[in-house]
Amino acid sequence: MFAGENGLQGDPRLKAISEAIRVVPHFPKPGIMFQDITTLLLDHKAFKDTVDIFVDRYRDMGISVVAGVEARGFMFGPSIALAIGAKFVPLRKPKKLPGEVISEAYVLEYGTDCLEMHVGAVQRGERALVIDDLIATGGTLCAAIKLLERVGAEVVECACVIGLPEAKGQCRLNGKPLYILVEPRK
Amino acid sequence: MYVYKCVSIYSPPSPSLSCLSDHHNRPLPCVPLSESNPVVHLRETRKRRGSFVVSLSATMSACKDQDPRIHGIKTKIRVVPNFPKPGIMFQDITTLLLDPKAFKDTIDLFVERYKGKNISVVAGIEARGFIFGPPIALAIGAKFVPLRKPRKLPGKVISEEYILEYGRDCLEMHVGAVEPGDRALVVDDLIATGGTLCAAMNLLERVGAEVVECACVIELPELKGRDRLNGKPLYILVEYH
Repeated sequence: MFAGENGLQGDPRLKAISEAIRVVPHFPKPGIMFQDITTLLLDHKAFKDTVDIFVDRYRDMGISVVAGVEARGFMFGPSIALAIGAKFVPLRKPKKLPGEVISEAYVLEYGTDCLEMHVGAVQRGERALVIDDLIATGGTLCAAIKLLERVGAEVVECACVIGLPEAKGQCRLNGKPLYILVEPRK
Repeated sequence: MYVYKCVSIYSPPSPSLSCLSDHHNRPLPCVPLSESNPVVHLRETRKRRGSFVVSLSATMSACKDQDPRIHGIKTKIRVVPNFPKPGIMFQDITTLLLDPKAFKDTIDLFVERYKGKNISVVAGIEARGFIFGPPIALAIGAKFVPLRKPRKLPGKVISEEYILEYGRDCLEMHVGAVEPGDRALVVDDLIATGGTLCAAMNLLERVGAEVVECACVIELPELKGRDRLNGKPLYILVEYH
């Protein structure tokens, strides 16, 4: 579900956010038009607007945990968590989190990867938001949802700044609602 | 038994616009300590336009004037023994992030120190610097610049190599993200030997920015990272001995 079609029609902040994102062709490999959000982070107003839009949406949803996907999810998730009074849980690549973790494998274009979460970070019955900078195939977000559901949390929504065409038309991911601010720039 | 020492760093008010002062604007306290003496670092910083500025920073343990929020923060940091390898007592800040009040207090302490000091860029070191840096940047009106491991940043980057215990690593920053004259804060969760922070400062200085201060939640003072910062001040909330 795109913000510009659901409640934020014509919101000038969305246009500024989209324009602050830089496209880097052929990264990390030929053919990929990489959506670079670091230029958004350089634009204080646009970065603040991005966080504010998510905060306005989630502040009254009783969300107790914001789970951010490493590493760009870390750039957005904590600010949202702080503003809505939720805890922040980092979901990380293997062997980064110390202590006891649970792991969820997911499929890449070639091969598999793995996402980990600390045991005990999230309790049964907690209402969770998953955040990442971008959704492409949804593989990583699906793994994130599974980690949270495995410990008995309820994933309220997945939120991303950018949604690639593969995600368009998908209002839901694994049955979970998806909220996206902008489409990719060409 | 692991003992957390409370630490506050005070810099006295300075006539210079570019110097930081303790947000309580109190003179530097002298408190005799049972376990160690206060360590006083005198730093001479030459301002870009040639005038001379002296800033005084002191590390004190168990300071009676410390901010009451510090205790709540230090008790939330979890120590995980023998991670990532035997002998290392890993300082895990993820448990701090699970406590909304303690996490907010952490950010507030940094924001109170840096707001109104004309910091134009907060540079955060991958990946835990990405957790603390952006909320600080947003609150103080600065841009956020991620400093990343090699080949993560798309487009044109500059690289700075640094030495590890065994081998080397590398930190990268986008070309054009930071401009000459930018006043920068470097943020990471922890300073150990100071190697990574040093590389971060070098990246910023190479593009003509002024590193105003380095800020970390935790310091491991025995590793003397503070001495590797080329005289730049370091602000930390908690020491681990």
